[in-house]
Amino acid sequence: MFEVESSTRIERSSVMPGTEELIINMGPQHPSTHGVLRVILRLDGETVTDCDCDIGFLHRGTEKIGENITYTMFIPYTDRLDYIAAPSSNLAWVTAVEKLFGWEIPMRAHYIRSLVAEFSRISSHLLWLATHALDIGAMTVFLWCFREREMVLDLFETAFGARLTVNAFRLGGLFQDVPQKFLDLSQEFADLFPGRIGDYETLLTDNRIWLQRTRGIGVISADDAIDLSLTGPVLRGSGVRWDIRRAEPYAAYPYLDFVVPVGENGDVYDRYLVRIEEMRQSTRIIQQCLAQLPKGPVSCKVPRTIKPPAGEVYHSIENPKGEFGFYLVSDGSETPYRVRIRPPSFVNLGGLKKLVLGGLVADVVAIIGSIDIVLGECDR
Amino acid sequence: MGIVEGKFSDNFVTARIDSLVAWARKSALWPMTFGLACCAIEMMASGASRYDFDRFGVIFRATPRQSDVMIVAGTVTHKMGQALRRVYDQMPEPRWVIAMGNCATCGGPYANYAVMQGVDEVVPVDVYVPGCPPRPESLMWGVMQLQKKIEQERYIRRKA
Amino acid sequence: MPDEAQSNGQEEGSAPAAAQAPPAQDLRELVEREYAGTILEQSAYKDMADEATLVVRLDALPQVGSLLRDHPSARFRLLSDLTAAHFPAEERPFHVVYHLYSFDHNRRLRLKVKAHEGEQVPSVVSVWSGANWMEREVFDLFGVSFKGHPDLRRILLPEDWGSHPLRKDYPLEGRGERVYTKPRRKEYGE
Repeated sequence: MFEVESSTRIERSSVMPGTEELIINMGPQHPSTHGVLRVILRLDGETVTDCDCDIGFLHRGTEKIGENITYTMFIPYTDRLDYIAAPSSNLAWVTAVEKLFGWEIPMRAHYIRSLVAEFSRISSHLLWLATHALDIGAMTVFLWCFREREMVLDLFETAFGARLTVNAFRLGGLFQDVPQKFLDLSQEFADLFPGRIGDYETLLTDNRIWLQRTRGIGVISADDAIDLSLTGPVLRGSGVRWDIRRAEPYAAYPYLDFVVPVGENGDVYDRYLVRIEEMRQSTRIIQQCLAQLPKGPVSCKVPRTIKPPAGEVYHSIENPKGEFGFYLVSDGSETPYRVRIRPPSFVNLGGLKKLVLGGLVADVVAIIGSIDIVLGECDR
Repeated sequence: MGIVEGKFSDNFVTARIDSLVAWARKSALWPMTFGLACCAIEMMASGASRYDFDRFGVIFRATPRQSDVMIVAGTVTHKMGQALRRVYDQMPEPRWVIAMGNCATCGGPYANYAVMQGVDEVVPVDVYVPGCPPRPESLMWGVMQLQKKIEQERYIRRKA
Repeated sequence: MPDEAQSNGQEEGSAPAAAQAPPAQDLRELVEREYAGTILEQSAYKDMADEATLVVRLDALPQVGSLLRDHPSARFRLLSDLTAAHFPAEERPFHVVYHLYSFDHNRRLRLKVKAHEGEQVPSVVSVWSGANWMEREVFDLFGVSFKGHPDLRRILLPEDWGSHPLRKDYPLEGRGERVYTKPRRKEYGE
């Protein structure tokens, strides 16, 4: 961080008489920084010459808590990591722990997990689209996206009894089978949703204002994106066709057919297009899950007290925001020895400086929006 | 409404200044968006299409200087506590605080080194809304509780 | 788990040398050819190919990292994760863990270095820029400092916190760094 106190007045530049570099402070409660992110910008006129993020305003010590409670008890905490797509976080945790134990999960549970994870991807991308468009100045998209998002949340409520922090999965499968009503409503939603995506696209994709605010902004090349460890739609927007659902399939993804969309230029607009297409593909996956859903049990036999063998595993899944993983060290007792959450937002936010340098201050908000961060798992 | 009630024709309304002010204040509660964590998403949902908070005269403002009520939505950490207090100090009187969710109420599930055990350690709280996160209906309930509280406040005092 | 079997199959297919040998044997040989004696241990949880772990000598880490990043049979270009774990009973209590991913071979590798209390770990920011924030986080939560890091300071906790919460000797409730009790409000002017 720069020393804001001492450097708010910087020596006058000799080239441009009468101009000063300005340090401005966005956040921690700026309405368009998506939570409690503080960005400190050094400006020369309207050009960003330096950028520093101050995070940790939502550091809740989740990893430390994880070391003190059992594997099952940690599932509700994973809801509150990426709270916009809580089932995805649940899935990352249960698959990591199941990898540690080496359990065989019934096929029906795998399919329901994939189904719910795709719903969470849709709900996350809808929230992203709503807030991102709102940041850039489009109000209608916000209202429309929340309309569909409420439908997804209703689905979660039907199946798991909660809207946001659903606590959807258990170690070894599911807590109980989903009700038939959930499947019917899912089918209804999957039939209706592609048309709604078309509605959003009519508002934005060819909108001249939207194009001017997003195209060519926050460009990052594929090599730079990999070097900065960016993952998820940010990496795919730069043209790297890498999706953990495809590269290292988990849950029911080996049996599902979907396309991994990529962008070309790596700018804000391409990341927008990638996410829009991902929502379409998620709908396709949901259709397939519903059509192929096998019958049978939804949970394998799980002992009452679970003690894994000593060892360490790392398992990651494709969260809506990127690679979301858990690195677990077990010492053979009931509680994990070390829980490491691999946060996609934290790592992607580390690339923000590269994205905003040399750009205009007005674009910083668009770029932060296009990274799609959620501070819950960024700060943990 | 006292002795003058009904003495005038229909297009007059008489009221005590207290209840008039309270009515005005409670009908246009402009909250500051202090969304911190999961609860912020439900707070956004409250303002969005289905729940439509505008019906209550609740319009989210982005600056503390224009707002009457601070909805603390989410986990308040020690790092955030000072910023929160500073924002609270920037709000003009009269001001109210709603602690939304278990974390803002008492620390919630996070009983550890980083999290402040309830936002009432730094600012006075008027309404606590339980839930993790509270549903938008709960937040509406909280706002209505606050409106009831405002109704009962008295502004004109007799000289001692 | 079926997906595990799948991924194992894929990865063995892309690295035929590891068919019978323990996972990452080929990478170990690759590193040993270039920098002999830098790999101290080799292990894999339940012999899973994506859990292959190499423990690297502390001072050789950046060279080994660059080699694994650039060599055509490794190409670990993505630093997927960087973290640490604290084992107070061991002689070198701080294990700094690097999770690498190779797009070209669809394969994962875990590197590990072990550091004494107060010992500096060489920074890998020059190899993978993404390590910048992750090393700052390890510094913040474990107190492991990194040699050659461009900007090593706390990232999650306030600058004046003074301790490192993810160490095993640190209590969950904290050491009272910032405890506001109700009378404390007076200090804020109330």
